[in-house]
Amino acid sequence: MLNKIWGFLIVLGICVAALNGRIGNISTAVIDSSREAVSLCITMLGIMSLWTGLMNIAKKAGIIDFLTRAMMPVLKFLFPGVPEGHRANEYIASNMISNMLGLGWAATPAGLKAMKELKELNNQSSTASTDMCTFLIVNISSLQLIPVNIIAYRTQYGSVSPTEIIGMGLAATTVSTLAGVIFSVCARNFVKKKDER
Amino acid sequence: MRFLYYLSDGIIPFIFIIIVGYGLLNKINIFDVFIEGAVDGFKTVYKILPTLIGLMVMVGILRVSGCLDYLVAFMKPVSRITGFPSELLPLVVVKMFSSSAATSLLIDIYKQAGPDSYLGTLASVIMSCSETIFYTMSIYFVTAKVTKTRYTLIGALIAGAAGIAASMIIV
Repeated sequence: MLNKIWGFLIVLGICVAALNGRIGNISTAVIDSSREAVSLCITMLGIMSLWTGLMNIAKKAGIIDFLTRAMMPVLKFLFPGVPEGHRANEYIASNMISNMLGLGWAATPAGLKAMKELKELNNQSSTASTDMCTFLIVNISSLQLIPVNIIAYRTQYGSVSPTEIIGMGLAATTVSTLAGVIFSVCARNFVKKKDER
Repeated sequence: MRFLYYLSDGIIPFIFIIIVGYGLLNKINIFDVFIEGAVDGFKTVYKILPTLIGLMVMVGILRVSGCLDYLVAFMKPVSRITGFPSELLPLVVVKMFSSSAATSLLIDIYKQAGPDSYLGTLASVIMSCSETIFYTMSIYFVTAKVTKTRYTLIGALIAGAAGIAASMIIV
């Protein structure tokens, strides 16, 4: 899919540039863009490594385990279909905490394991359980507390205050997550009532 | 809104103090552990680089050819109805499918308008409050071999829309 879109857009871009008489600018654009990607990644290397290094301390010091345990009461409310003490709880919590701390690469494996456990709880059905829907909606609503990569991009492009957006981002992401949670709970109850009838 | 600025200023030093301090109290070799973890961040960025080169070159071509301007002009009616700047509409749509492609567009906005402009700030906030809906859904549901996803998509879209609406009010 992405292969075709990428190719199509490049061909389209070059054709449109030719029609607009801007074909001469393409070479510069191509070379500049590839160079920019590299310098962007150099800035990101610094900020991302700093962040993951710091988070590794948090992990080894037990802060992440502590946060995962602190999540449990919330999970009980969000996922009533998961029994207390079930392994799915652990995976879901660790996925959410990793997402909150901006460790996407650590979040996905835990999230996939959580899905497998949820599927088992759902008798291996090919239809999503309400808990699965809630899990994905909350996951997609973005839980990230500090948008580390956005800060890196802003730094690279000369922002006077790259971290200025943290507070606003946090407020916006809280709203989107709340909306996701409210919808999930309503939809869950609606589906349950329909099934009972 | 002033509170949000204080929060922005304070949160990173706060996280540093908590984590480093707690690590010290627990008598962990914090510097060794830090280095070990930093390697992971290094690897993540290293893996993104080729994707980013490919996509930023694509956006670069679309920018100089004038295609992006056509797209923005084409989306003007939507922005007239919703009040949402048409320059950011492509970003919102692309973000649902691919995070790297959205990053390339975000960079384009930073270059055109500046990261601290209204458009740059709004784009930053939107990018930090949304996830790649279709990509995430496909990875999770395909791995779990679930075909009927029920109301997941609607819920994700509602959450995303709420995030964008909130961003517009806040910025």
